[in-house]
Amino acid sequence: MLSPKQLFAGAVAAALLVLPAYAFDFGRPASSDEIKLWDIDVRPDGKGLPDGSGTVGHGKEVFADNCAACHGDNGQGGIKDRLVGGQGTLASDKPIKTVGSFWPYAATLFDYIHRAMPYQAPGSLSVDDYYALTAYILSLNGILPPDGKLDKETLPKVKMPNRDGFIPDPEFSKVPVPK
Amino acid sequence: MASRNENVTEPSGEDAFSRRKFLTVASAGVAGTVVTGRAVADTLADVPPREVGADLSGHGERSKFVQLAMLPEAGPGKRNVDPSDAINSKAPLGKLVGTITPTDLHYERSHSGNPDLDPAKHRLLVHGMTRKQLVFTVDDLKRMPSITRTVFIECTGNGWENWKKADPNVTVQNTHGLVSTNEWTGVPLRFLIGLVGKDRRSTWMLAEGADAAGVDRSIPLAEEIMDEAFIAYGQNGEPLRPAHGFPIRLITPGLEGNLNIKWLRRLKFGDQPWMTRWETARYTQLLANGKAMQFQLRMETNSVITSPSGMMEIRPGYHRITGLAWSGHGKISKVEISTDEGRTWKQAQLNYPVLPKAQTRFQMDWVWDGKPTKIISRATDEKDNVQPDRKSFIAKMGTNALFHYNAQQTWSIDGDGRVRNALA
Repeated sequence: MLSPKQLFAGAVAAALLVLPAYAFDFGRPASSDEIKLWDIDVRPDGKGLPDGSGTVGHGKEVFADNCAACHGDNGQGGIKDRLVGGQGTLASDKPIKTVGSFWPYAATLFDYIHRAMPYQAPGSLSVDDYYALTAYILSLNGILPPDGKLDKETLPKVKMPNRDGFIPDPEFSKVPVPK
Repeated sequence: MASRNENVTEPSGEDAFSRRKFLTVASAGVAGTVVTGRAVADTLADVPPREVGADLSGHGERSKFVQLAMLPEAGPGKRNVDPSDAINSKAPLGKLVGTITPTDLHYERSHSGNPDLDPAKHRLLVHGMTRKQLVFTVDDLKRMPSITRTVFIECTGNGWENWKKADPNVTVQNTHGLVSTNEWTGVPLRFLIGLVGKDRRSTWMLAEGADAAGVDRSIPLAEEIMDEAFIAYGQNGEPLRPAHGFPIRLITPGLEGNLNIKWLRRLKFGDQPWMTRWETARYTQLLANGKAMQFQLRMETNSVITSPSGMMEIRPGYHRITGLAWSGHGKISKVEISTDEGRTWKQAQLNYPVLPKAQTRFQMDWVWDGKPTKIISRATDEKDNVQPDRKSFIAKMGTNALFHYNAQQTWSIDGDGRVRNALA
């Protein structure tokens, strides 16, 4: 166990804080089952996507029921973010940033809707519904065909129009692996 | 000086002007005027007699003579909105002194409201490319060695009023109110990294909040960030306020406000960025050529004159110009002020101590001759970064970037002493 003196010394000397010997004393191991409850992030390569699938057609129904009130009937004209159109406007004086014109990764769309939407009840829809919504919004932007379908294999392969539209800041984009 | 009251004719000159000016301003109800007080108690006999004050209280309130409030806003220029429509709330920089922002006036920016979480039920999961996957309680964190540090946090949208045009009739709260400085207390990120045993090949960390939106950002594990980031549970000497992440939040000194994840509930270690909505579709800066800067995380060298500033009124004569300067690169080394529209510059005095990645108060005395002019401040930090003038800043960033505006702020002053927002 740590003596008060040791703790005090640790608190004073911030540079000496990393002492693996302290590990037993703080926190508890997380079980894999509980990690699954929270481990929802999805990477652009699809890592983290759950099992399931959804079609554009089903997505249209889910969208009408859960999203259109804020985002408009067809993903535009609503009181909240416009989701559709704007392609070709980014270099103009009035750029329109939407999923179709600006978002670089389809996986990000799934991740965001899945974690944060519908606004009043985030995460309340089924995984299939979230795949369907993703498919529908992409189809509204002409990125998926009207009979399109998405799952964890096909979603990361969707090429977004603005995939190459970003310039990573040199200071933070290449973090060296410590020796 | 002769004793006078409101019925006595003013002798002449500047005093007469100032008396009239003050009354005009007061009756118009203009907030934050630099013209203060003189007409109220001209002799000591006019000062109210001493009397017993109110009962002592369990909670300190501001004087009834002091009105301080944040300004909720639904977007650039969308002011005076219902609080339920607000996406941010700006700090009243023009009415603050010193460098610490009062806790209840620290600017707010939240993406799905301000939840008030039960600390007994809150948990922090740390996992991913680590030797151990651990769950911590808030009490666990409070038992760990802590640091206390004063830093500014700035929303990347700060300054967004002035990208394309300048509304003359706004205050410094409108133009620059999305930055604040508080003292934060918490556990160094390095300590948690040691506890879980991070894989050395892990170069990025995902930080995620327990707000409804689950706001999440990928944070590069550069040495500077690993050295300085911490998980805070204390704010200006008390537990965090709900709007600022109670019970725990991440603090990343000098970096974009949205990286300082509030209501922190998960840290995940990986070897590449997650490309969340916030770091792709939202907090990226669209350049004139249609490409967007990404992971432009550091908040740039910045300053603003807070007095005299927008919508204040001044009279000819002696003044004290004061304001705030800050830089995500480190300490402010110099602030210069121009009172002649940028033709000549004088070095302002800095109020010590000057802390790295915290706001610094600057001041300079100035005699205004009553002629129309423009006043500007320009900060330099210890890494020799100089706050750019608007023209060269716009030439580099265009007018569509929406975030990371740090051009020099110009206040114009007309012949009647009215201070207004101007582009340059």
